[in-house]
Amino acid sequence: MRAGAGCFSIPFDVPPYRLSGTVYGALLNHRSALAALGEAVNQPPYNAPPKAPVLYIKPRNTLAACGSAVRIPAGTAELEVGACLSMVIGRTACKVAEARALDYVAGYLILADVSIPHANFHRPSIRFKARDGFCPLGPAVTPSSAVANPDALTIRSYLDGALVQSASTADLIRPAARLLADVTEFMTLVPGDVLALGAAAPAPRVRAGQVLRIEIEGLGSLSNPYTDAEA
Amino acid sequence: MMHARVAYEGAIHEATPAGHASAGHASAGHDDLLLADGRVVAAAAVVWLPPFEAGTVIALGLNYADHAKELAFNAQEEPLVFLKGPGSLLGHRGVTRRPAGVKFMHYECELAVVIGRTARRAARSDALRHVAGYCIANDYAIRDYLENWYRPNLRVKNRDGATVLGPWLVDAADVADPASLSLRTFVNDQLTQQGNTRDLIFDIPFLIEYLSSFMTLAPGDVILTGTPEGVINVMPGDVVACEIDGLGRLINTIAADDEFGR
Repeated sequence: MRAGAGCFSIPFDVPPYRLSGTVYGALLNHRSALAALGEAVNQPPYNAPPKAPVLYIKPRNTLAACGSAVRIPAGTAELEVGACLSMVIGRTACKVAEARALDYVAGYLILADVSIPHANFHRPSIRFKARDGFCPLGPAVTPSSAVANPDALTIRSYLDGALVQSASTADLIRPAARLLADVTEFMTLVPGDVLALGAAAPAPRVRAGQVLRIEIEGLGSLSNPYTDAEA
Repeated sequence: MMHARVAYEGAIHEATPAGHASAGHASAGHDDLLLADGRVVAAAAVVWLPPFEAGTVIALGLNYADHAKELAFNAQEEPLVFLKGPGSLLGHRGVTRRPAGVKFMHYECELAVVIGRTARRAARSDALRHVAGYCIANDYAIRDYLENWYRPNLRVKNRDGATVLGPWLVDAADVADPASLSLRTFVNDQLTQQGNTRDLIFDIPFLIEYLSSFMTLAPGDVILTGTPEGVINVMPGDVVACEIDGLGRLINTIAADDEFGR
């Protein structure tokens, strides 16, 4: 990760899994997330379901390690946490073919896409998603050689130890290879970039004083406490 | 002082205009550059890179009243902010791809504000102390790809090589009033866009205060403050030059797919 960025020191800051600090993610890429919008996808302001991948950026101020506290801003009761499988790019990926796309992945990470809940996805303010510490990721990069099939992994979220969500990457609209092909058609990804595959809906809501742990088969778990902004 | 980053003879160098800084180089020509190692080289002999190592790239949509009107937007309560990745960045005299078959690809000349000191909950009155300097940005968009989900979507605004920065990073101390700079864009030498930063809906101190209220701004982070009216379609072969008072002239050429093996 870039030095002097106000980022946390993360234990996977070692070659070949050094992160570049650039994190992209796909939204509405889990069937349950798009289904949750129902007929609204055809109504204003959207007027049609998404065609290209719906992507967001988590800037470097959001990056946080496993165990670091996520601070809930004053005036916000709870945060929404999208539990995602994410890919760490291992080779420069420009316009990759879907059939070869996974060759460009060095490994996988768990990523918690933290947001202030918002109902409108037309042009939401970045203050919902880009706050300091709003992107815990970890616990370490699991090499792709240890992940037999990224499209058949169960993601489980536990709130204070209780299972609150279970989802599978088998239900992604664009599975890993398809998403990489579609994204690199117009933007090149470089080694260390992270691309999150998208969370299921409804995403768990977390209040101050609670701990959210996300587990993905074979990747371990990412656990973070949530606190009040002033704590 | 004006600073550039250039590639020359196998290395990346910081460079300044030779005419300004080189009392010891009386023979320096108008367009020559003084490299940090003392060499004076012709501007045409270097490859220009974005003039600083950018961190988070923050961009404003519809931040000039005239442009907002041009695109039929109503008055806003909050700035329309979006983020860009580092792969979108390109230096002066670079080439930007226009995909075959699109109908409307346009430039956007913008004042870019480069952060020099970490800003966390900065007050408006103190905001400009966090600025290292300014440069010109040309932030292309391809409107054909616009969809109504998390606008403006990355396929429109985060394309490889479609955010051009430079040629210079000009120290904040050398920009007397960033709130009254004229911007101009020329396509093939025809003036197509004009504006002035005095017409920003959300001015620079406001943007730094607003952004740093929820996200820490770090040195190298850059805010592209939006573009005025006058955006037109550009085609392969077009030469697009963006000028801002005191910051220079940023040149970019549009290329077709075949140049990129597509």
